[in-house]
Amino acid sequence: MINQVYRLIAPKQIREDFVDLKIDDESVIVRPTYLSICAADQRYYTGSRGRVVMKQKLPMALIHEAVGEVVYDPQGEYKVGTNVVMIPNTPIEEDEIIKDNYMRSSRFRASGFDGFMQNVVCMQRNLIIPFSVEPRVAVLLELTSVVMNAVENFEKMAHCRRNTIGIWGNGNLGFIVALTLRKKYPDSQIIVFGVEEHKMAYFSFVDNTYLIDDIPSDLRVDHAFECVGGRASGTAINQIIDYIQPQGTISLMGVSENNVPINTRMVLEKGLTLLGNSRSNYDDFKHSVQLMEMYDDVCEYLSTIISEEVVVQSIDDIHRAFDDDLNNDFKTIMKWEI
Amino acid sequence: MIYAEILAGGKGTRMGNTEMPKQFLMLGKKPIFIHTVEQFLMNKRIDKIFICCPEQWVSYTKDTLRKYISDTAKVIVVKGGETRNDTILNGCRFIEENYGIQEDDIILTHDAVRPFLTQRIIDDNIDGALKYGAVDTVVEAFDTIVHSKDGQIITDIPVRSEMYQGQTPQSFNIKLLMSFFASLTEDEKSILTDACKALVIKGTDVHLVKGEVSNIKITTQYDLKVANGLVEENKS
Repeated sequence: MINQVYRLIAPKQIREDFVDLKIDDESVIVRPTYLSICAADQRYYTGSRGRVVMKQKLPMALIHEAVGEVVYDPQGEYKVGTNVVMIPNTPIEEDEIIKDNYMRSSRFRASGFDGFMQNVVCMQRNLIIPFSVEPRVAVLLELTSVVMNAVENFEKMAHCRRNTIGIWGNGNLGFIVALTLRKKYPDSQIIVFGVEEHKMAYFSFVDNTYLIDDIPSDLRVDHAFECVGGRASGTAINQIIDYIQPQGTISLMGVSENNVPINTRMVLEKGLTLLGNSRSNYDDFKHSVQLMEMYDDVCEYLSTIISEEVVVQSIDDIHRAFDDDLNNDFKTIMKWEI
Repeated sequence: MIYAEILAGGKGTRMGNTEMPKQFLMLGKKPIFIHTVEQFLMNKRIDKIFICCPEQWVSYTKDTLRKYISDTAKVIVVKGGETRNDTILNGCRFIEENYGIQEDDIILTHDAVRPFLTQRIIDDNIDGALKYGAVDTVVEAFDTIVHSKDGQIITDIPVRSEMYQGQTPQSFNIKLLMSFFASLTEDEKSILTDACKALVIKGTDVHLVKGEVSNIKITTQYDLKVANGLVEENKS
């Protein structure tokens, strides 16, 4: 069939392209229902990735956070209408040590190849997972899976004293990290450090929140998650280094376009572990689906960070969603009706 | 039930010296009508898809379907009629004989040679036909429409903002459509070749569904070349 693919061709310019979609028995065809805009998409959309990267990657369909409905499965494994989450990381090979989201050969939607802004998406059978929660909340599964990857990595690597865990960042990522840690470690003190008081008010389930310029001097955390990214990465990481106990683990999650100078002297003196985290794989998605299905309040809390839902029936609507997203506190999702 | 009827009755006379009807010509790696059928197959609300083609091409159509589509359980090839309306009616009669017709059954009729339609257009047609009973897919006219009765001088230039270009699908409540066809005289049938036009002239409201400029009809060699130029191979 002729599939419509909505590709970014230059900053703020989207074109409808037509692709002769090959439908084979190994694939499942999914019609996206909800898509969610990520900061990474926004960096491409506004052109802030820089000319060289833009030239390399475009034209490309954006969006790597999406859920949809199965519309066609030649093998009949999935019933038509089944709600599924689509996994953007596409492994090419397996390795017994390295997780596939870290394999350099893996391809990633809306980074190395077309994302989910398509009429229908041809998915590998092993890259979709059915779910039973509300699709408009389930669209946050990808971000949750990225958090799951980091939390499970933390679980394996960090020492077992987890009395106090600090989260730097009051955005979407910080929110989902805080919520996931709340469920994984109900007895730990979860503290969020941020810069926007009105956004921190959403974190009702944590034990405490602090503005970063108003942290009690004697406060210490056993471990920390950095969910800031961008130009403030350095400030956040260095503040974590100041407030973390010796031999704590800092889980790095925020993406920065530039190299970040950090206080390595104190990293050495305190014997800290810095854990890099990026993306997620099938198991992380599976565990995220379980998290959402197991706790009713997880979906309830997650729905509070959907700042805006834009019904998309045209390319103009896509532009509106991306433009609005720049001013929204939390997530902008697109109800995909194009 | 929601049915789709792919009108593949064209004999390809406008394509020049083609050997077969235009719906069977290749667009990318598949015949044009296969792309069209697949787009309807991907819509979960469609229960059955009929392909109405000239009698002598029925077997060919079935063979081609099997070659390109592995699950053809929802797709049925039926013989078209002499005219477009006859073909639509044949589809409706087939439904009546084989499945019976309920009050809210609808049919989406679509040109086989418009393979660029989208899921949004299909969904809007379904919603519109269920709500209003009859809908036509249109796009706003970009060019000024010039009306000339004799082909020599301008009779009229209608206000462009009120002009639309008709596409397909055209979608109907089946009972409404069949009772309407039954009320037409033979003379009326021969003049009113477009079902929507016929309904409008007879006083039935036909609502508009927004089409897409890209939902082109492949009628000439030029169209086919443009269409092939638009489509790229799937690399992912």
